[in-house]
Formats: sequence, C-alpha cells, structure tokens
Amino acid sequence: MSVKVECSTVIDAPIAAVWDVLRDFNGHDRWHPAVRRSSLEAGRQTDQVGAVRNFTLQGGERIREQLLSLSDKEHRFRYAIVDADVPLQNYLAEVRLKPITDGNRTFWHWSSKFDTPPGQENELRDLVTQGVYEAGFEAVRERVERTRPGTGIAAPALSAGNGIDGTAMVIDRHGGPEELHAAKIKAPAPGPGQVRIKQTAIGVNYIDVYCRTGYFKLLEPPQAPGMEAAGEVIDIGPGVSHLREGQRVAYACPPVGAYTSHRTMGAALVIPLPDWIDDETAAAGLLKGMTAQFLLHQVHAVRPKQTVLIYAPAGGVGRMLCQWANRMGATVIGATSSEAKARIARAAGAHHVVTPGEKSLEEQVMDLTKGHGADVIYDAVGKDSFAHSIAALATPGHLVSFGQASGDIGSWNVSSLASKSVTLSRPNYGHYTDTPEKIAAISADLFDAIRSGTVKVEIGQKYKLSDAAEAHRALEARETTGSTILIPDQT
Amino acid sequence: MVEVYTSSVIEAPADRLWAAVRDFNALPNWHPAIAESRIEGGQPSDQVGCVRAFRLKDGGFIREQLLALSDYDFSCTYSILESPMGVENYVATLKLTPITDGNRTFAEWSAEFDCAPGRESELTDLVGNGVFQGGFNALKEKFGS
Repeated sequence: MSVKVECSTVIDAPIAAVWDVLRDFNGHDRWHPAVRRSSLEAGRQTDQVGAVRNFTLQGGERIREQLLSLSDKEHRFRYAIVDADVPLQNYLAEVRLKPITDGNRTFWHWSSKFDTPPGQENELRDLVTQGVYEAGFEAVRERVERTRPGTGIAAPALSAGNGIDGTAMVIDRHGGPEELHAAKIKAPAPGPGQVRIKQTAIGVNYIDVYCRTGYFKLLEPPQAPGMEAAGEVIDIGPGVSHLREGQRVAYACPPVGAYTSHRTMGAALVIPLPDWIDDETAAAGLLKGMTAQFLLHQVHAVRPKQTVLIYAPAGGVGRMLCQWANRMGATVIGATSSEAKARIARAAGAHHVVTPGEKSLEEQVMDLTKGHGADVIYDAVGKDSFAHSIAALATPGHLVSFGQASGDIGSWNVSSLASKSVTLSRPNYGHYTDTPEKIAAISADLFDAIRSGTVKVEIGQKYKLSDAAEAHRALEARETTGSTILIPDQT
Repeated sequence: MVEVYTSSVIEAPADRLWAAVRDFNALPNWHPAIAESRIEGGQPSDQVGCVRAFRLKDGGFIREQLLALSDYDFSCTYSILESPMGVENYVATLKLTPITDGNRTFAEWSAEFDCAPGRESELTDLVGNGVFQGGFNALKEKFGS
C-alpha cells in the first residue's frame, strides 16, 4: 500500500538559522531524538549530492539514506531510503523551508511517499509523522529558538554605528545569584521583523532562576536572563506593522534576555499596552497573568460550581488563579503550608484553605467537598504533591501539573489513573503563547480581568536592575510576596 | 524583472480561507483596498481566462486575467492587463498551504514584473506591503481566531 505523509510547522526563527541546522545531511544525531548515531559513507561531504548517511536509531535499527538533491537557493533537499531495518519501501522524502516575511519566521514542510507491507500502513504512517517529522520539528524548534541571540550581547551588532548603548545584567556561566553582573551592551538597529525597546520595567519570575542555574536549558552564557518586560518602542524593522515608534509595549516570551535597559528582539510577540495600564504593572503581571488565563480557560475550562484546588495560592500565579477562579463562580480551595499564606489565599478569593495537619490533604479536600473531590487541580509543586493530587481528585477529575517546585515528578504508572478517569495535563507556557494571535487573545482577556479588578497585580518588591542578584536571592529565600520587578538604572 | 514575495501565517484552516479567496470576483469582500469588482463578459469567476475589472477605493481601475486556478493545491495565478501602477508583464500567484501542526495556514503571495528604472523599491513596497501584506492582515482579522 502506498502512503503519503505531509507535515508542516512554523519555527520562530529566521530561515537562515533553521536551514543552518537542516542542510547538514549528517547532523541528525545532534538534534533528532530518534537518531542515536549518524555517519557518512565513503568519505563524502555532508552537502555532496549522492552522499549516503548511515543512521543508527535509538532502538538500534539501521537506516541508510541517500541525498538526491540539495538547493541552498530554495532551501530544499530530497532524500531516499536505500535500505533499512524498518519496512519503509520506495521511501522518497523532501524537506523544504520558506520564509515567513511577516514576522521573520520560517515555514517548514516535510513530506514523503512510501510503500509498506499490507496492514502496516497506519503504524508506519504514525511512526513517520510523529516519531520522525513532528519529533524533528520540536527538536529543531528548541534548538534554534533557544540559541537565537536575544540581547545582542554575544552577537556582534550588524550595524554597530546604529547601536544604542545600554546595560544588561548577564551571567558568564550558570550558577548562583552572584554570577549576575552588569555588562555594557549595544542594542543593534532592528532588522526585518524586529523591534528595539527602551525598557522601563522588567518582570522577575522563578523561571529566571532556573535559567541562571542551568536547570532549564534556555540560557547559554554569556547572556542575560529574563522573559518579561515593558517599555517604549525606539524603532521598528521592516515588516513590523503592529507596532510604531514611541508606543508603550510589553512582552512575556522567549528567548531570554529581558534583564537589560535596551533590547532588540523579534517583534511578533511584543504587544502594545493600553493607556490605562502602567509599565510596572504590565512587567509584573503579564507572564503570570497570561499563565493563569490559559490554565483556567484553555487547559481546563473552569465552570461555575466546579471545585478547584490550587497549590501555592499565595504565590504570584497562585494568587491570580484564586482571584480569577473565584470570579468564574468556582469553589476555590487553596493548599498551602502556613497560616500566614492561608490568609493571603483567603484574601485572594480562596473559599477554603487546607494546611498540613493531622489529616492528609486528600482527606481534607474530601471532607470539604462531602466526598466529591476536586474537579480540577492546579499543581505546580510536582514531586511531593502528585500522589496527593490524584487522591484528592473527583471522578472524573483533571490534574493540571504545570510546575515542579519540589523536584521532578518522576515516573508514574498511568494505568492507575483509570481508577478515577483522570485527565492529566502538562501545559507548556510556550505552546499557548507562541503566535501573535494567541498572545493578542490571551492578553486582551487578561487586561480585561485586570481592569475590572478580577485580577490584581501586586508589586511586592522593586529593585534596581543592577541589584538583580539581590532580587534573585530574595526570591530563592522565599522572602518575596507578590511580583518582583527590576527598574533599569538612570543613565 | 522585479520579484516580490510576501508570506504570513493565518490562524484559520486553509480550506476555509481558500473558499474566500478562490472567487476571482470576491476581492471587495476581503481586501481593504478594493471598492468593487465584476467579471467581464458574464463569465463564471472560476473560469480560467476570465477577466476581473475592479476599482480601488482610491479610484484606480485595474483589469486582471486569471491564468491558473488550482483547488488541488489552493493556488491562483493572474496577470495585470491594465492598471495605473506602471508595471509591465506583471504575473502574481497567491497560494495557501495547510500547516499540519495547528489548524492554520501558510499564505504566500508573490509577483514578478517589469517597471521603469528607479521605481523598483517604490513598487516593491506598494505590492509587497500594501497589496499583499494588506490583504493578509485583512484575512487575519476576518478569519483568524
């Protein structure tokens, strides 16, 4: 039977960066999760048409593939399987990239035709679609979106003459707060699809700590951490139509690099700010508020009368989840560690708060809900809470696991989830906020919620940008309340 | 020969967008620059070879001929027969491609033409940003979620 597979995606990086990874016919073992080893036969070069690559997959299977055509002009190559341990016959594939001129991104199309033994069509179609193409999309996405220059620190300014001097807080290696130090930077003139921003307030999030320590592989030193800031547009590059000079804007998106006074970055995910919201509130609330929005409205659509259990209800996202879920008509239960934090949770809208006591968390939740359990649980604790969360769920229940403050959750037997018809979600911020359209919808909803008073952005701490290390120390010592922001030093 | 290429991502399924843009007589329904349009000689708007005559909101009058239409790969190619823009041998293609991860569409609009020396960048901007990007922005607003 003949099978045809077509997959496509959008990578948020310029076409040159994506092509740089893909045109290396012998490079899959450096990025594709399915490929353990790759070598070229007969001493050919990686861009030599006719070259044969020899793959060893993670399962030990061998595949030999030949490069049939390669075009740097069209960003396209074709290849065929010569022989393989998997029954893909007459397999002919094409990889093709096209520039998305509106936003300086890349459209990637990966397609193939092949024959299979009778009865194996679906199995092999799924293998190629998910195991090879879609897995490859994600791996390249992570690679090029992460290593893109964010602040222009490491990358030489393309037009140094037009660079604007600024100061960033960067790290030269992963480590403690003391690694953060001031560095002079030049924010280059914006290229196609880019915007240059004079930043006025920068949001500090726990993910910045993970980036600094190297726990999340989002920051390659030397580089500045930070995912969120507000400021004023200095100028825009060609092709940017939704922003203009002098406009107040904010963003909460990768790549990292927000700890800086001036920044040149992709404009696609930068949004204009309404007049009534000030820069500090935007920088303090955008990332946490957009997280709360998609958790309550998209990952799970919370309905009136549902019981919602929220861990860390006194924290930045937790507090907004309590406020918003309460306004949506849900019964809100907070789970926290101390009476002081329980008071904050109640003030934020938690109807009940459970704290460690004689009874387990699940027993307390079952008591409060007369044996029903929580319809949805927002759990960012991770390792220590997972089993308790499953036990506290209603039937059917939805566990939204969106963080791991206590450590990796580890391995769990999914069969046991059937005992309560559990739905388990592991949402990733990036996937809900990776297009201008998604950001526009989520931020509009958030701004409405802030303006109506449903969600309150509380700025608990304000530091000078040059004191970023002190801000990180306080955050890690759990001394902070509400949001923390950094203000660029006056120059 | 000047070449212009504009592309974008629109948050709507390709078949829905195609239903709107395949009608060669439907520009006024979605393109903000177009005031009114008709097909000459009473031909159907999906008959290859038909000519659309339309008026821009700024008053300009343009005639374009449908050279190719493909429901198989969601593409449409046309030439300009008459316009106030000062272009010769103008051939353009609008093409939609489904993006399989997410229900959205990769949209490409390209053109090739000749013009008087020195007018290349002005016309590239007019066609690429004004006509093509302007159309994409309108489609995003009309169909994007």
